[in-house]
This record gives sequence, C-alpha cells and structure tokens, in this order.
Amino acid sequence: MDVIRYLAEDGSLLADPPVGTDRARDLFAAMIVARTYDRKASALQRQGRLATYAQFEGQEAAQIGSAAALRADDWMVGTYRDAAAMWHQGYGWEQLFLGRMGDERGGSPPEGVNVLPPSITVGAHMIHAVGLSWAERLMGSDRIALTYFGDGATSEGDFHEAMNFAAVFSTPTVFLCQNNGWAISMSRADQTRSETIAVKAVAYGMPGVLVDGNDALAMLAVTTEAVERARSGGGPTLIEALTYRVGPHTTADDAGRYRADDEVDAWRTRDPIDRLRAYLQQTGEWSEAWESDLEVDASAEIEAAVAAAEDLAAFEPDGHLGRAFAEPTRPLADQRRFVPGDDHA
Amino acid sequence: MPEMTMAQALNDALDLALADERVVVIGEDVGTTGGVFRVTDGLAARHGSDRVIDTPVAESGIVGAAFGMAVAGLRPVAEIQFLGFAYPAFDQIVSHVGRIRNRSNHRFSAPMVIRIPYGGGIGAAEHHSESNEAIFVHTPGVKVVVPATPRDAKGLLLAAIDDPDPVVFLEPIRVYRALKQDVPEGRYTVPIGVAAVVREGTDVTIVSYGAVLRDARRAAELLGAEGVSAEVIDLRTLSPLDADTVLDSARKTGRVVVAVEGHRTLSVASEVAALVQERALYSLLAPVERVTGFDTVVPLKRTEHHYIPSPDRIAAAARQTLEA
Repeated sequence: MDVIRYLAEDGSLLADPPVGTDRARDLFAAMIVARTYDRKASALQRQGRLATYAQFEGQEAAQIGSAAALRADDWMVGTYRDAAAMWHQGYGWEQLFLGRMGDERGGSPPEGVNVLPPSITVGAHMIHAVGLSWAERLMGSDRIALTYFGDGATSEGDFHEAMNFAAVFSTPTVFLCQNNGWAISMSRADQTRSETIAVKAVAYGMPGVLVDGNDALAMLAVTTEAVERARSGGGPTLIEALTYRVGPHTTADDAGRYRADDEVDAWRTRDPIDRLRAYLQQTGEWSEAWESDLEVDASAEIEAAVAAAEDLAAFEPDGHLGRAFAEPTRPLADQRRFVPGDDHA
Repeated sequence: MPEMTMAQALNDALDLALADERVVVIGEDVGTTGGVFRVTDGLAARHGSDRVIDTPVAESGIVGAAFGMAVAGLRPVAEIQFLGFAYPAFDQIVSHVGRIRNRSNHRFSAPMVIRIPYGGGIGAAEHHSESNEAIFVHTPGVKVVVPATPRDAKGLLLAAIDDPDPVVFLEPIRVYRALKQDVPEGRYTVPIGVAAVVREGTDVTIVSYGAVLRDARRAAELLGAEGVSAEVIDLRTLSPLDADTVLDSARKTGRVVVAVEGHRTLSVASEVAALVQERALYSLLAPVERVTGFDTVVPLKRTEHHYIPSPDRIAAAARQTLEA
C-alpha cells in the first residue's frame, strides 16, 4: 500500500496540489493556533494550573488537515489527544482548557457543534461514531461522523466491532487512525503484526488508505475523499495517518524510558508546520511578518481562553449532583444533605 | 382487555413505541427471528428492517452503536440476549452511556433502553441465569427497571422509552410466559422510580421485585394461613430506589424481609436493609432479614432450586423476624 503524499519533506510538490494556496494558508494559520494551545497547555500543566495533559505537537497536520474536510454540522468523536481537530470543528479552546482543569463544563461545546467531549477510554468511542452517523442516515440527514483514534486503540475489541458494524451497515463513518508510533510505551511494531493499520480495512470490506500524516494537503485530500464517499452513500473508510507525537504520551509520562532521542530528532525534521511553511514559501505565499502576526493573534486567542476558563466560578454542590440525570432522582436529592457546606438538608 | 404474557405485553409496548419514528430496536436476532424469547416477534415485518435491526454478535457494538444513535436524536431500544452476555457491553454502559450527561454537562444525553432478559429458574445453560442487577444499580447515570407482571412490563417499558435518561430494563426470564394477565390496550405508562404495595399487611413487610415477587406473594399466603399478615412490596425500579414506600411500610409493620435472586453481598437487598436501619431503625421490632442467592456462580439446573429464594425460605425469614 503506497503512502499518499503531496508534499515532500522539503515542502516541494510531489503532485498537483489538491487545494489552492488560500486553503493551504488557512491550514497553516490553524496549525499555528493549535500549536500555541498545545504549548500553552503544557506550560499550564507544569505550573499546576492544568491536570495531566496529552500533547499533540507533531500531529497538527493529521488533525487540522482531516478536520478541514468536514462540514460544520458533521459529527466528530475524538480522544484526549485531538484538541486541534475538535477546535477546528467548533469546540472552543475555553471548553478544552476547562476539561483539563477538571470542570465538566469543558464537555459542552456550543449548540450546533456536533463534537462529543473527548473519550478518555481507548477504543470504545469509535462505535459511537458508527451509531451517530447511522442515526443521521436513518433520520434522512447527510451528516457523517469522523472518529479519531491512535494505533494502540486498534488492539481494542471495540475497534473491530465498530469497523465491522460500519461495513455491514454501510454507515457514513470515517475512521481516522493517527498512528503516532507509540501507545504509551508500546511501539507500533509490538502492537500488531499487520503490515499497516490501513490494511486491516480489507478484512472488514471497506477502503483503507495510508497517508503521510504530517502532510496537511494530503490529509485534507484523503479525508475529503472519504467524507464524500460516506456522504454519498458509499460507506465507511479507514484512514491511517503516519505521524508522530514528539512529546510524551501525557505530561505524566517519561518517554525517555522507552524511546530513543534520535528517533524524536528524526521526526522533528518532518514537522508538519515546517513542511507547510516551506511549501508556502516556495509558492510565494508566506512571509515572516505574516507568520509573526499569526503567532501574535494565536497567543491572544489562547490567553483569552485561559483567562475565561480560570475565571469561571466552580460548581456549587447542586451542580455536581444535578448532572447525573435530566432531573435529580429522589436518592440524589436525599444525598444533598451529605454534601459538605451545603445547607439543603 | 386482552390477556397477555409478559413477552406479549413487551411486544405490544415495542409495537406501540415504534409508531414514533425515532424509536429503533437493535440487537442480535431481534429482526427475522423475533428474539430468542420472541419479544420482538413480528416487529421487523411490521416496521421494517431499518427500524428493527438485526446486528452481528457484538454486545459492546450493539450498546455503543445505540448510544451514538441516542446522542444523535433517536430513541434506540437495544436488546442483549441474556444478562450473562451483557458483560462485554458493561464497559459501554458504565464508561459512556451512564456518563455522557455528566461529562458534557447536559449538552449531550443518551435516552436509550437496554433490554436484558435476566435471572434463573428455567434450567438454562451456564451464563443464561445471571442475576447481577446490582452492578447496574451501582452504575451512576443509568436507571434500572425490573417488571414483575405483564401489565407493569408494558407500562414500564413505554415509560423507559420516554425517559430522557438511559434505562437498563431487566426482564425476568422465569416470568416471560409463566402467567397471563389482563393488559390494557393502547399506550399507558407506569412511572419509573415508584414501587407498588401489591399486598397489604400489618405484621411484616416483604420487599422484592422481578421473578421473586411471585415467591414473595406465595410466602405471604403461607404466612396468612398461619395468621400472619404480610405486606408485599414490588420495587419495580431498582435505581432510583423508592425508599419512601419501603420505609412507610417498615414503620407500619416493624419487620422487613428483602427477597432477591442476586448474590447476597452488596445486593439490592443490602441497600434496602441499610436504608431501613438508617431511616426507620426505631420502628423496627426485629433485624432486617435478607433472603438472597448465594455468592457463587448461579448453579445449573440440578441444583438451581437451592439457589433461587423459594416461598419457604422467604416465609422462614419472616417467621424469624416475628420471633425476634
């Protein structure tokens, strides 16, 4: 299976570009904002202002490039490492910070944004995307669902149930594996004996695509094709994006215990932002001033989101007990009297 | 009013519910075959295979896909064939179905029903007689409903489908065809979270639900022949538990026996006993007695009758409270 790629590592074109330079500039701008968020979140974690955080640096093209293929009302079902894609689909940075600050309001994107809060368990959420997109078809809508997961999740039983259901019922679902090489400390080679993850699609009877996950143009192209196939009744697709997390699994992980520095250094030379910048430079669409402006704007946007999230007052006890059901049940109402500091007894 | 078995009453409820275009039935063998207990018999023919959906054998997939459907706006009714086969789906229930409202701060919810035949008493194979309802009761964010009669089964299932939150709907296998009852035609609901006093009495309260309710009623008849007046309560909903109905009765009779088929330790009986001692201790004339299954794997046919609470065991426990 060939790896689909439009940009060489030096940014030169390997094929006719799938989109114009305006679109490429948009992708670049979005990737700058995403990286700004990722680095800010990591810094906040080190300052104790954020709980454990899963960095995605290195995976910006895989997420932004694919998310850019969606319509605004499509469903997205991602994981703890997919903040860039979720934001691109309309999930606010403030909500994303809130989730990591330990506030359930982080789980509620704006009305009309069909993005589920990130799944922390690995694998179980892929079948949700099948159900969501299946329901849309049954309701006569042409919304599709895209779900993100890592290479490790393909070892979970739910991956197989989701792939099988999607193929059997031809649901409009796009499965997007960001193969970043590692499932915490387990390497891709120790994860599966399949030559690629994309090839697993063959067993289920759906198209499988292998793509350079650090090439934003390729990500947009292959995802657009899969989304259009799903929307037009052609059923699901499995996309394997070859990418890399240059950071650890999370801020609680020490990647140095299992991963060689030279591997990380080699992947840094394939940085997705550097590659798209090089392309834009070659087409005359990039300037230092433009990128500097993007960075200033991104920083302001992210700082505003941090401030908004940190300024939000904590939940009252009722907020906690009132979230389990649409209306608090009698047992929960009775339990209010045990909440410290609550005088509703 | 037609006489129906519980299986027929449930079929009637699903048939009525499917008039709502949002309702879909999804599970293994629910379509062409009509389910292993024939609860969905004829529904696919009447409503179409897009509405009554046969799936591959994959319990996690069934519940997970139904969860996605519910979040998107449908009202799925998922069927798992036996409680002993529900464990692969338990991760979906505890990790996703029960949590989405909390995780999303009410932005998303999963109004769905998971129907699961449960319990023993029909001499089935291993894994087919489980009575682990307590694991669902212990799961935040899901309601747990257990009908004991055909009439309640229909009304409770329609209420469960209407409910804005996910409901695990446990159907006692032993009752599916064991009795017939007049069941009202057309739509009606029995409220979730409300227990029923099914027999009034003054000397002792027997709390039960599901298949064991019939044994509790027989025990009350045995006790009645001895001049003991037993009140019998059908919990009907295990979560949220209707503590008030139980406590009112406990305060009236001063004696409580809880009879359940589930394993003894941390069973629904444990919770009822704890509630009674916590909130009605000074009305009690005797310790609360629990009649339960044992903390063992449910035995196969030849010894199953030792495991399932019998009218005699329940009556003996009631006499114990009277002697205290």
